[in-house]
Amino acid sequence: MSPSSSIAAEPGAVPAPDEHHEHHPSYLVDGTTVKSWLLTLDHKRIGVMYLIWVLLFFLIGGIYALIVRLELLTPGPTIIDAMTYNRAFTMHGVVMIFLFMIPAIPGAFGNFMLPLMLGAKDVAFPKLNLMSLYLLLSGAVIAIWGMINGGMDTGWTFYTPYSTHTTTTVAPILFGAFIIGFSSIATGLNFIVTTHTMRAPGITWFKMPLFVWAMYATACIQVLATPVLGLVLLLVVGENIFHFGIFDPARGGDPVLFQHLFWFYSHPAVYIMVLPAFGVMSEVVATYSRKNIFGYRAVAFSSLGIAFVGFFAWGHHMFVSGQSTFNAGVFAVLTMLVGVFTAIKVFNWVGTVYKGAVDFKTPFAYFCGFLYFTVFGGMTGVAFATASLDVPWHDTYFVVAHFHFIMVGATIMAFMAALHYWFPKMFGKTYHEGWGLVSAALIILGFNATFIPQFLLGNAGMPRRYYEYPERFQTLNVASTAGASLLAFGFIIAAVYLTYALVYGERASANPWHSRGYEWLTESPPPTHNFVGPQPTYTEEPHFYVEPEKAEVPDAV
Amino acid sequence: MNELLNNILFLPEQASTFAERVDNLHYFVVGVTMLMSFAVGTAAVFFFFRYRRRSPTQTTEYVVPSVKTEFLFVSLPLLFFLTWFVIGFRDFVFVSTPPKDAMDVYVMGKQWMWKFSYPEGPNGVNVLHVPANRPVRLLITSRDVIHSFFVPSFRIKMDAVPGRYTQTWFEATKPGTYQILCTEYCGLSHSKMLGEVVVLAPEEWDAWVKEQRKGSLQNRQDALADLSLVPQPARMAEQGQKVAAEVGCFKCHTVNGEPHIGPTFLGLYGKQETLQDGMSLRVDEAYITQSMMDPGAHLTSGFPNVMPTFQGKLTGPQTAAIVEYIKTLRTPDIRTGASSQGPVYEPIQ
Repeated sequence: MSPSSSIAAEPGAVPAPDEHHEHHPSYLVDGTTVKSWLLTLDHKRIGVMYLIWVLLFFLIGGIYALIVRLELLTPGPTIIDAMTYNRAFTMHGVVMIFLFMIPAIPGAFGNFMLPLMLGAKDVAFPKLNLMSLYLLLSGAVIAIWGMINGGMDTGWTFYTPYSTHTTTTVAPILFGAFIIGFSSIATGLNFIVTTHTMRAPGITWFKMPLFVWAMYATACIQVLATPVLGLVLLLVVGENIFHFGIFDPARGGDPVLFQHLFWFYSHPAVYIMVLPAFGVMSEVVATYSRKNIFGYRAVAFSSLGIAFVGFFAWGHHMFVSGQSTFNAGVFAVLTMLVGVFTAIKVFNWVGTVYKGAVDFKTPFAYFCGFLYFTVFGGMTGVAFATASLDVPWHDTYFVVAHFHFIMVGATIMAFMAALHYWFPKMFGKTYHEGWGLVSAALIILGFNATFIPQFLLGNAGMPRRYYEYPERFQTLNVASTAGASLLAFGFIIAAVYLTYALVYGERASANPWHSRGYEWLTESPPPTHNFVGPQPTYTEEPHFYVEPEKAEVPDAV
Repeated sequence: MNELLNNILFLPEQASTFAERVDNLHYFVVGVTMLMSFAVGTAAVFFFFRYRRRSPTQTTEYVVPSVKTEFLFVSLPLLFFLTWFVIGFRDFVFVSTPPKDAMDVYVMGKQWMWKFSYPEGPNGVNVLHVPANRPVRLLITSRDVIHSFFVPSFRIKMDAVPGRYTQTWFEATKPGTYQILCTEYCGLSHSKMLGEVVVLAPEEWDAWVKEQRKGSLQNRQDALADLSLVPQPARMAEQGQKVAAEVGCFKCHTVNGEPHIGPTFLGLYGKQETLQDGMSLRVDEAYITQSMMDPGAHLTSGFPNVMPTFQGKLTGPQTAAIVEYIKTLRTPDIRTGASSQGPVYEPIQ
């Protein structure tokens, strides 16, 4: 069976020139002009461009994070004034969430791996795929222009009526986020259609890799929830400029209405960030334990379950906003269901290691960190849903610590694991394993050192978004800032050895981890149309390690 | 034990009846969380060593969980989560339901200060005086943006939302001074919006009230800024009557029990009112405020929807004063049918 006979030719794909069929060069060298990259319709090149951009955004968001942490080193003013601080934490949140966390894994690794895992030549709509990258970038340009020209001081949650009254420049940044939303919708739509229509023969729904299941569930949330955010952001921009009076009580509006609309997107958005992470980890744990996923269906369905109940949990952000007591009860129970679905995943991941053959490589180290962040972060999430405990914790550093554990901790662990796990596949090079483990250890340690003190700060009652704080909170703030520098150091090491590997790294074989994930059934790096020669056959489920290794895929020329 | 856990978890001292209830659940939840993280971690670490890879291409057994195992995976967390929920929700209902005999204090957040007013007189900025061992209900609103009233030692928090009243309550257990923080980001000086609750022993409280009444006209701690140009009566209710007359409430609402264009104010507070859509509700601070700001939202049965909104026309203190005025319009005569002699002031205290 050849790839072209089983897969419908996509309308936008450029047919490969004939001579390339014989040499089947990797996608990296098939066209080396700047234009061949910027206008490419190849999902792998688009994925790589996403990766470069989200790494840049991660750097920007990280610099803002360090500014915020340094400012909090002493109780009074330390390095910046209050207004600059308010802008810095707002930008940290906006950049990290809209430009890094949401697009990172789907944009970079989803784009690259999803077609490979489905045995497809590309995503369903390659031009739309390229467009979503440029939508993200145009949104980013507008938002960053807004940051340079004034900046915004509302916090990333943009609560009204503050965001409609503030004198800082809200409009360009919110408009940027609005455009980024379209990018998210387009990516989600593309993945849903790709998953439905482009699966190679043999890949039934229950033989899809779990990463695909996670991306599919994520895509559903992106398509359903993002429009709500887009509209509410436009309303805030309108309110800010024209003073419509939708959210402003001085004009008869309802400020809590904004919170409902905002969290109706932004709570599911948390799962846009962590579901892809869960997907990555399902692949990583199977590969490095050489085991089939324990409870494949449970893990697959729990992704859909999280995507579904994630829509019914937004009210837990408003327990102390004056909404009815009954409401709090309903949203408390519904939120806990997310915890139950996550618990199923956690138990099944640990079950996957059981009777496996564990190779403790860098991605597996990140898996360990991930497991811990997910359990602790997830359970503190359920603790938040426990209405009476939310009362003292709400809007304190406990919230900051909790969502950094689950959203950032889990996602960063998965992002770093994905980067290391798929590095040989994407770039055909290997990195230094020892440095990988050192940097992973530093990042995990640094993360704990940064955020465990913040849990305690929250217990002690320090509210979030404080430029100055009472003296009694200082020790824990110093500990947290120290942790943040350790964390930054860990990332710098990773940046150095990965860049080195990119240039001087050894040639990677097609399947250096001896994985039986579908994406390893082609060369590293893959050729332009993903497979050369006969398309692989998909008779077994992914990560089926019962039989001895078959013949290796030949290395790329 | 309590003290030890309190210190380990960096919790502030427990100074209200609610604090202890929250903390007990807190210990339970944090304990289970730690234990679970530890158990999952230990199991994982044990598996890493027990099942380490012997050869790069080793094969493994095909292991799938039984239905029983998966059922355990679901039911175990669900059981714990539901237990937390039941206890947590019970406590949440406790803190959301002020006792009937609670003393009222109006709280208004404003960039960047907390203003307090007592129905019977004194006002204050950033310092809230309350008696110990007595329930205090806080009726909270905001003048500009959303703030959030947080007293860590009492474990209470409630958003101050402009245009509406929210409420919470506490019963302080020991005299002392406790910090108030604002926990909803409200702009430049958000972190400076601090205040304190001064909890007084009963006899000190009585002395404080007496002192406040004595000097209330010449020596107020702070007059509410918006009323500063008007000669200020001592009591909120009296202010309310004045404001109501100025803005024209009495053109449509009587205070003698006779319905006019709108319902009478007499006996309105606390009444079970039938609405036009057939529903009924109890008239409380929130309803009165809403009726001023958005009169059409819950129309009383039998009255036309003709009232204009007072949104933006009344300041927070003016609204509070009118609410307080309406609350005083309660008379035993209303039950006996005798004609009313006008407002009768009933101190809430």
